[in-house]
Amino acid sequence: MSRLFEYEGLSLFRRFGIPVPRFEVATNVDDVVTACERIGFPAFLKAQVLVGSRGRAGGVVQVSESEGARKAAERMFKGTIGGEETSKVMVCQSVKANRELYLSVTVGRSEAAPVLLASCFGGTGVEDAALRKPGVLAKEVIDPWTGLSPAQCSRISGILQLPEDARLSFASICLDLYSLMCGVDADLVEVNPLVLTPDSHLIALDSKIVLNDDALFRHPEFAETRGRHLAFGSELERLAWQKGVQLVDSGGDIGIVGNGAGLTMATMDLVKLSGGRPADFLDIGGGASAEQFERSLSVLLDYARVKLVLVNVFGGITRCDEIAEGIKRALSKRASRKKVLVRLVGTNEALGKDIISSIEGADIEYFSSADDAARRAAQLVTT
Amino acid sequence: MAVLIDSKTHVVVQGITGRQGSFHAKLMKQYGTKIVAGTSPGKGGREVWDIPVYDSMEEAMSKHDADASIIYVPAPSALDAGLEALRAGIRLVVIITEGMPPLDTMKLIASARRTGAHLIGPNCPGVISPALSKLGIMPAEAFSQGPVGVVCRSGTLTYEIAWSMTQASIGQSTVVGLGGDPVLGTDFVDALSLMREDQDTEAVVLVGEIGGEEEEKCAEFVGDTSFEKPIVAYVAGRTAPPERRMGHAGAIVSGGRGDYASKVSALAAAGVRVVDRPSQVAGALREAMHGRP
Repeated sequence: MSRLFEYEGLSLFRRFGIPVPRFEVATNVDDVVTACERIGFPAFLKAQVLVGSRGRAGGVVQVSESEGARKAAERMFKGTIGGEETSKVMVCQSVKANRELYLSVTVGRSEAAPVLLASCFGGTGVEDAALRKPGVLAKEVIDPWTGLSPAQCSRISGILQLPEDARLSFASICLDLYSLMCGVDADLVEVNPLVLTPDSHLIALDSKIVLNDDALFRHPEFAETRGRHLAFGSELERLAWQKGVQLVDSGGDIGIVGNGAGLTMATMDLVKLSGGRPADFLDIGGGASAEQFERSLSVLLDYARVKLVLVNVFGGITRCDEIAEGIKRALSKRASRKKVLVRLVGTNEALGKDIISSIEGADIEYFSSADDAARRAAQLVTT
Repeated sequence: MAVLIDSKTHVVVQGITGRQGSFHAKLMKQYGTKIVAGTSPGKGGREVWDIPVYDSMEEAMSKHDADASIIYVPAPSALDAGLEALRAGIRLVVIITEGMPPLDTMKLIASARRTGAHLIGPNCPGVISPALSKLGIMPAEAFSQGPVGVVCRSGTLTYEIAWSMTQASIGQSTVVGLGGDPVLGTDFVDALSLMREDQDTEAVVLVGEIGGEEEEKCAEFVGDTSFEKPIVAYVAGRTAPPERRMGHAGAIVSGGRGDYASKVSALAAAGVRVVDRPSQVAGALREAMHGRP
C-alpha cells in the first residue's frame, strides 16, 4: 500500500527504459522558478502529493513565464491538497500530444496473475470511459513465469489502433513496465496518460506506483515509504502509528479491538447494527502478548473521541489470560474512567475471567456473547 | 468422507523446526492428523514430537508416502517451499505463512495449475475435517463433525461461527480457510465445487468479507450450477471505510468495487441465505436444512 510520489515513479520509469519528459523536483519557490527557466516555458508545475484527484484540486498548473511560475509555486507550497501539504513541486516539460493512452500492470486478484490493462482513452476520464464502453479497455493476463510476450503487446497495440511507427516502442514500454512491476514488487504500476506525440513518440507523462508492503523485505531502498499513507491519515491513526499500533479510523465513538481481521470487522458491524458508531478497526492479530495488547488498548483509552472500548477476542493462538493481563495493565496505569466491555472466549478463558475480575477500581463489563456486548456498547453511548 | 483431507491423508510439515511449525505439528498430531515427516533445510536427521525431519521434500518423499503438505516457513522462503512440495508430487499444499509477496504467490499458483495440485492460502487458517484430520492452526475445540461444509476467508471469525454451530449441535464436514490475501490458491468457487460433489456435505456456510470479487463470482457459480445444497452466508465489513485495508491485505473496497452491498445482493440474488450476524448462521442453517429455525 506504499504509494510513491509521481517524481519517484518517473525516475523508476527512466531507470527501466520508459521515456519520460524532462523534469526536476524543487522544494522551494526559487528553485521552482530556476527549474522552469532551465526546462523552458511553457512548463507544468505538479504538486507532489499522494492524494487522488490532484488536478481538480489545483495541484497541476501550466505556467508560461517566470513570474507566473513564482506565484503558482507560492500557492502550491502554502496551500494543501485534499488535506495534504505540498513539500515538493515537480517542474515538467510541456509535451505536445496527439493522443492520450492509459497503461497499467496490476496484481489481478481474480486471475491470480499479473494483468496488463490498456485503453485508448487516457487522462482523467479513463475509469468512466472503461465503465461506459466495454471493450475499450484491453486486457492481457500475464504468465508470471514466462512474463509478458511480444505477441500480447502487439495484440494490445492493435486494439489501441496505434500507428505502425509507434508499435515497436509501445511494445517495449509494455515490457519495461512489466519488468518494473516485478523489479520493485509493485501492486500497481500505472502510466496515465501515456501520450503519443505528433512525431509518433510515446512518453509517460505521469506515474502511479503502489508498492507491496509484504515484499519490502527484499527492497530495502523503499523502507522509508512504509507508513507514508499517514500523511493524509487521521489524527488517531497518526497517534496510533507513533505507538507502533496500526488501526483504521472509522470516525465513531465506540473503540473496537479484536483478534483477526474478519472478527474485528464483524465486531464493528455488530455495533453498527445495534445503532452505535464504531470508532476504529484495530486487529491485534494472532498470539498477541499482554504488552502488545496493553499498547493497543491504551491508544483508544487515551483518545478523547472514544467514549468506551469494546474488546472482542476469540482465543486460539491468542490466549485470553494474556489479553486480560493487557487490559489490567492498561487500566491500572491511567486514571481513565472509560468503560471497557470485554468479550473473551477460547484458549485460557477461565484464567482470563479471573484476571478481569481481579482488576480493582476499573469500569469493566464482561460478556460471553459478541451480540450482547455490541448492544450494550451502543446503549451506553446513546444514553 | 469430507473434502480435501480425511483420516487417510498423509502429511509433511514444511518448516517443522520453527516456533509455529513445531507448535502446530504437535497440536495437529494430537488431533489425529497423520503426519509422516517434517522438513527444515539443514536440520535433517532430527525428530520433532517423534516426527522424522528431513532437509528437503525430495528426501522426505523418498522415505515416506504423503499426499499433502502444510507450510509454516517464513514469507521469503514460502515460494521455494511450495515449489519443492509440487515437484515432490504433493497434491494438496496448505500455506499458513503470512506476508508472502503476491508475485511469489502468483508464481506458485501458476505452477500448481500446471500440476493440478490444490493450493490453499497463503495467510490462511488451514483446513479441518473434524474428527478426521486437521491441517491448520485452528483451535480444535471449536469444531465438531457433521454435515455442513464451511468456506471462509478469515480465521478467528470462522472459529467463532464454527463454535456457534458446534454449540447448536450442527457439525461440520470440512472447513476450508481460503486466507486473507488478495491472491489465493483456492477461491470460494473452487471450494464450493468440491463440496457440491461431497456426499457428506448437505449444506454450506460461506464466510466472506469486503474486497475483491470472489463472493460475486461465487454467487454467479451458485446461480449457474443451480447449486442444490442450501447455502448460508455471512459477509464481514459493512462498516469498513472505502480504500482502507482492513487488516487482511485483501480486505479493501477499491474504486467502489468489492463492497458489502455488492456481495450481499449478488449472493441473495443467487438464492443464498445471507444473515446479518455471525450468531444467526446456526439458526439459518437449521431452517434451510430442516425447515425450522
